[in-house]
Amino acid sequence: MALDALANVFVRLGTASRKGITRLGFAMRFLTAVVSHSGTALTRPRLVVREVYFGGVLSLVIVGISGLFIGMVLALQGYETLVRFGASESMGVLVALSLVRELGPVVTGLLFASRAGSAVTAEIGLMKTTEQLAAMEVMAVDPIARVVAPRFWAGVISMPLLAAIFSMLGIYGGFVVGVPLLGIDAGAFWGQMQAAVDWRHDVLNGVIKSVVFAVAVSLIAVFEGYDCTPTAEGVSAATTRTVVTSAIAILALDFVLTVFMFRGGV
Amino acid sequence: MAPFVELADVTFGYNASRTILSGITLAVPRGKLVAVMGGSGCGKTTVLRLICGQHKPSLGEVRVGGRSVAAMNREELQAHRRRLGMLFQFGALFTDMTVFDNIAFPMREHTALPEPVIHDMVLMKLNAVGLRGTAELKPSELSGGMARRVALARSIALDPELVLYDEPFAGLDPISLSVVGQLIRKLNDALGMTSILVTHDIQESLKIVDYIYFISEGRVVAEGTPEAIRASSDPFVRQFVDGEIDGPVRFHYPAPPLAAQFGAPVGARH
Repeated sequence: MALDALANVFVRLGTASRKGITRLGFAMRFLTAVVSHSGTALTRPRLVVREVYFGGVLSLVIVGISGLFIGMVLALQGYETLVRFGASESMGVLVALSLVRELGPVVTGLLFASRAGSAVTAEIGLMKTTEQLAAMEVMAVDPIARVVAPRFWAGVISMPLLAAIFSMLGIYGGFVVGVPLLGIDAGAFWGQMQAAVDWRHDVLNGVIKSVVFAVAVSLIAVFEGYDCTPTAEGVSAATTRTVVTSAIAILALDFVLTVFMFRGGV
Repeated sequence: MAPFVELADVTFGYNASRTILSGITLAVPRGKLVAVMGGSGCGKTTVLRLICGQHKPSLGEVRVGGRSVAAMNREELQAHRRRLGMLFQFGALFTDMTVFDNIAFPMREHTALPEPVIHDMVLMKLNAVGLRGTAELKPSELSGGMARRVALARSIALDPELVLYDEPFAGLDPISLSVVGQLIRKLNDALGMTSILVTHDIQESLKIVDYIYFISEGRVVAEGTPEAIRASSDPFVRQFVDGEIDGPVRFHYPAPPLAAQFGAPVGARH
């Protein structure tokens, strides 16, 4: 009896792993198809610009406010610790490095997946459910080129920019709390930050992270929408999967990238 | 003269265990309006999908203009699709575009016409379906019947040779139903198109079509002109035309005996 239960657990694990790997394979083939059908998106930039507006510009408020508050909280929490070691002047460094290296790309990725990624999945899923994608296909218009690729590239373009805005506003939030509120010297705040934050090692690596997350989130969003079961329940499940899978992908990729970028570093 | 659209002994299933069409043969002459009728789930829409090349038959051949659709390469298939229009069951209008942009969509995608020309052409198409005044509305602001007419205008945007209608009457009130039916007939004749109408609305179809095929369980079970169908004594046709609940098309989905499912002992009558 116990053996049977154990065997069942292994069977389920095996089935789930096999399904997961198969799905990952499909997603990779889909990515290849999206990239190879990107001609329309590149020759008609208006299609991408429109999606940058819906995915990126309309996410500005939530990303900006989140960045500001996270910067402010970082400053408050950091001050608590730094002041014990008499290093409160280094608050600028703490806030900037935390945001540029980690929180900027990661939190923006999570917010982007929830705000824009889920919307893209729901939109493409509903287009599939209401036969809009089939209608395009019958009109000899490739839905991957016309619908999927512009949304994918818009995500890849928007997210790193949003991450940069997030980090910028976060640093400003840290400044607002640190300098006028906690009384840290403004020169020390900015000066130490300038000296300690390295363009290539910190900023560029942060940008690389946000680009990788952007590709992952955008791919997950368009793939889940295109691959969803064309029913109300199917679209709902796909939207949830986009948010959950994106969050896991961002955190797992962040770990892998951090290992390669910052091991033994500052 | 060879028919314009021809299904020759076509068998098709979405998977190996479930066959949708089994050896179906039908022919649509150029310029005619032909209805393919049958109950829900009998494979009517699949016939349209095979004609526009979304699926390939497992056996047999689908020919349009004398050419096998399954044998077409990607470019040929795209060219084939540019020559046909399809009206989907619920219109399938692009919800993020206005009515005007919906109809302009195939023109902008497939032609290099200047915008003023597209503007005039779109208004002409909208005028043909009586909805010129809705150009700036979004599909969500239209009634079901109006959405169907806009979709009809979009399907004829590039003056196709062949138009496929998938359940164009579903869910319409009697007035909208009659309007859509008359439009289908008039557009077919005025633009010299060939039309295939998939529907289960027998009364409206009898008024407008040239020929009818009845499909049941993946086969053509009856065919004829509207007059011949009205006069037919075929049990299937009679059940369909008269709307009888039971007949060759069973009311009950196959199931074990009721008594057995209620747990009554074998042989018990009460």
